[in-house]
Amino acid sequence: MKALRKLLDKQKPHFEKGGRFEKFHSAFDSVETLLFVPDKVTFSGSHIRDSIDMKRTMIVVFISLIPALLFGMWNIGNQHFLSLGQVPELWTAFFYGFLKMLPIIIVSYVVGLGIEIIFAQIKGHEVNEGFFVSGLLIPMIVPPETPLWQVAIAVAFAVVFAKEVFGGTGMNIVNPALTARAFLFFAYPADMSGDKVWIADKLDAYSGATPLGNALVGNFDQIPSTYDMFMGFIPGSNGETSVLMILIGAAILLATGIGNWRIMLSVVVGGIVMGLLFNWWGANEYMELPFYNHLIMGGFAFGAVFMATDPVTATQTKNGMYIYGFLIGAIAILIRVFNPAYPEGVMLSILLMNVFAPLIDHYVIESNIKKRLKRIKVLVSN
Amino acid sequence: MSTNYLINKGLDIKLLGGSEKTIVDYSAKRFAIKPTDFIGVFPKMMVAEGDVVQAGTPLFYDKSRTNIIFTSPVSGKVEALKRGAKRRLLEIIIESDDKFDAVQFGPRKVNGMNREAIIETMLQSGIWPMLRQRPYSVIANPAETPKAIFIPAFDTSPLAPDFDLVVHGKGQEFQTGLDVLKKLTNGPVHLNVDAKNTTSKVFLNSKNVQINKFSGPHPTGNVSVQASKISPINKGEVIWYLYPQDVITIGSFFLNGKVDFTRIIALAGSEVLKPRYYKTLLGACIKHMVEGNLTKGNNRTISGNVLTGEKIEIDGFVGFYDSMVTVIPEGNEAEFFGWLLPGFNKFSFSKTFLSWMFTNRKYRLNTNLHGGHRSLVMTGKYEQVFPFDIYPMALLKAIMVEDIDGMENLGIYEIDAEDFALCEVIDTSKTEMQAIVRKGLELMRQEMS
Repeated sequence: MKALRKLLDKQKPHFEKGGRFEKFHSAFDSVETLLFVPDKVTFSGSHIRDSIDMKRTMIVVFISLIPALLFGMWNIGNQHFLSLGQVPELWTAFFYGFLKMLPIIIVSYVVGLGIEIIFAQIKGHEVNEGFFVSGLLIPMIVPPETPLWQVAIAVAFAVVFAKEVFGGTGMNIVNPALTARAFLFFAYPADMSGDKVWIADKLDAYSGATPLGNALVGNFDQIPSTYDMFMGFIPGSNGETSVLMILIGAAILLATGIGNWRIMLSVVVGGIVMGLLFNWWGANEYMELPFYNHLIMGGFAFGAVFMATDPVTATQTKNGMYIYGFLIGAIAILIRVFNPAYPEGVMLSILLMNVFAPLIDHYVIESNIKKRLKRIKVLVSN
Repeated sequence: MSTNYLINKGLDIKLLGGSEKTIVDYSAKRFAIKPTDFIGVFPKMMVAEGDVVQAGTPLFYDKSRTNIIFTSPVSGKVEALKRGAKRRLLEIIIESDDKFDAVQFGPRKVNGMNREAIIETMLQSGIWPMLRQRPYSVIANPAETPKAIFIPAFDTSPLAPDFDLVVHGKGQEFQTGLDVLKKLTNGPVHLNVDAKNTTSKVFLNSKNVQINKFSGPHPTGNVSVQASKISPINKGEVIWYLYPQDVITIGSFFLNGKVDFTRIIALAGSEVLKPRYYKTLLGACIKHMVEGNLTKGNNRTISGNVLTGEKIEIDGFVGFYDSMVTVIPEGNEAEFFGWLLPGFNKFSFSKTFLSWMFTNRKYRLNTNLHGGHRSLVMTGKYEQVFPFDIYPMALLKAIMVEDIDGMENLGIYEIDAEDFALCEVIDTSKTEMQAIVRKGLELMRQEMS
C-alpha cells in the first residue's frame, strides 16, 4: 500500500498542470481517488464531515444490482438451453449467460467512461461516479442479443446527449441509462422487437416471447405462471426478469437509505391502482389481467427500484416524490395496455415523468412560498 | 408558564473528549479582539500600538455605523495590530498588565432608565456588540426595535459547553441583564431551555421573561430553530439574540458600573488530555491552555464547535462570540480504498457503513473531507437534519444563482449559515454550504440596505 502511494505521489507531478501528461490529468485523478480516499481536509464551514461520498453511494447501488445481475446471467443461459429443449446444469447456464453479458458490460463501461473522462478533462473537474452505476444498468436493461455496436452507440448517445450537454451527473434531466434503452428502441426497432432478440439460437417451435410480448399480441394463455414471473424464469432483458432478486436489491437500497422508499412505494401504488382500475373496467382481455401480474411483468419492478429512484432525475421534494412515483406506476400500466406498438411502458413513463419532475417540484415548492406569504398577510392585516 | 417544543429532525454527533465539569482559573497574558468576528464591520482604529488601555477603553468603531464601538476586555498595553492580506485588520492584541483596571461608568438603576439611556450606555461601554440580530447575524441596530429577544440557554452542538455550569452563582447578574433586555423590546424576551437537561435555578427562576422548553437533537439549540417554532421571522421583521454569558456581562455592567468580560471557556475534543472549563476573559490567548495538554501529532484548534467554529493557531485567541475551544486531529492522510471498506468505525449519518450498528459509539473524527467535490446528487437527506419548513436544496440553489426573489420567497430570512452546518456535514457531494449561505445572506443584506 505504501509502495503504491509512493508510486502515485512520484507520478503525480507529471499529470499536474505543466506536466508532461497534463492531458491525462482526469484519468490519473480518477485512478488515484479510486485507490485512495484523498487527503483533502476541510477549509471552511464544518471541520468534520460524514464518511460518505459519491463513490460510497454508487458502490452501494452497484452492490444492490448484483443479485439481479447474477440471476440474469444464469437466466440467459437457462432460456437458451430450454429453447433447445435441454435442461442445463446451473453452472453451464450461468457460464453461457456470463459470456453473453460480459462483452456488453465491457463495451458499456469502455465507451461511457471514455467519454466521461474526456469531458472531465475538457471541463477541468473530477470524473463523476454516476456512470459507475449507469454503465451496469444499461447492460441489464437491454435484450441479451443486442449487437455490441448498437450498445456502443446507445451508450455514447446517452452519455453525451442525456448527461454531458447538461453539465454532467447531477445536472441531467432524464435518466441516462433509460435514454440509452430508448435510443436503441427508436433507432433500431427492427433489431429490438420480435422474439430473436431475447433468445437467438432457439428452435422455431419454441416461442421465446416475453410475457409482455405475449400479452401484446393477445396470447394470454401463454403468459407464464405468477410464480415463474416472480422468480424470473422467463425471457426478458438481461437483469430485469427476477422480481425476487430486485427485491433483494431494493432491501439493500432501503436499509442503507440510498434508495428512496417514497418513490418505490408510490410507483407500486400507482401500478396497483391502474391495474385495479382496468380489472374493474374489463373492456378487453388485457384489462382483465390480474393487477398483481403487472407488477412482476417486464421492467416494472426494475424500473421502480433502480430507475425511478435516480435522485437526480426524480422529484426532490417529499410530496413531489409521491406524485412522481404514482404517475410513473399508473402511466406505465396505461401504456402497456393501450399502446399497440410497444409491449413495455415503464421506460417511457419514467422518461416522461423525468421531464415533468421539475414542474412537480415547482408546484410543491410554490405552495411552501404561498404559505410564507400568507403569514406576512396575516401579520399585516392584524 | 412555559411552552414545550419538540423537535424531531436533526443529528447529535457524538465525539470523544467532552469537558469535565470543573472550572479552573486561567490567567492569560494576551488577549485579542478580532474584527473578523463581526459580520459587516469595517474597523476604524481609535488606539495605536503601544497605547495603554483599561477594560472598557474603546479600541475601534465601525465605519458604517459609527456609534458601535468595541472596547478592550482587559487593562494593559496594545501590543500589536495584526493585519492580513490587503492590510485587512485581523487582531488587536492587548498585553495584560494583570491589574484588571476598568473604566468606571458608575452603577445604574435599570428601573429608572429609559430605553434610549440604556442603549447609549451599552454602546459606550462596548457591550452592545454582544447583541446580534436575525436576519444576517450582524450586530443589532440600536435604531431598530426587535419584535423579540432570544436567549438560547443550552447548546446542542458537538461537545458543547454546559450553560448551567457557566452561569452558576450568577443569578443576580443574569436577572439584571434580563431586566435590561426587557426594556429593549416591545415584545417578549424568550429564554429557551432544554426540557430535560436544564436544571439551573438561574435559568428556571428567571423573571420578566418567557421561558420555553425545547427537546430534540442538534440543531435544536440554534436560535433560528427556536425562533422558527416560537415566531418565525417574516420579511421586514428583526429579532435580537445573545447567549447567557453575554446576559451576565450586561447585568454585571449595570450593577457594578464597569465592564467585566469574564468568560468561562470549555476546552474539549479528542486530542485534549484534560478537557475542562477555564475561567478567563473574553478573547483570551489559548496558548497556555493547550500547551502540554494535547496529544502529539498534527491537530486542528478551533475557536467554537466543530460545526461552525473557526480554525485558530495554537497561540490564537478565542472568538468574541465563542465559549469553547475544540481540538481535533487533522485528517490529511490518504486512505487506501477507504470508500470500499465495510467501515465499522466510520462516522456516517447514512447507513452505508456498518458503523450504524453501534449507535452509542463516540467518535474521534478528523478534518478529512472524505471525498471529492461533486454536483448535488442525493436528495431527501438534508431535510432529515433541517428542522425548518424550508426546502434546503431549493434555497441553496437560489443562493447559488443569486436569485434575490427566490431566496426571499424560500425563507432565507429565517435561517443562518450555522443552520446548514449539519446538511454540510452529511453531504455526499461535499458542498461548502455554510459559505454559500453566508454569501447569500450578505447579498441580501446589501440588496436590502
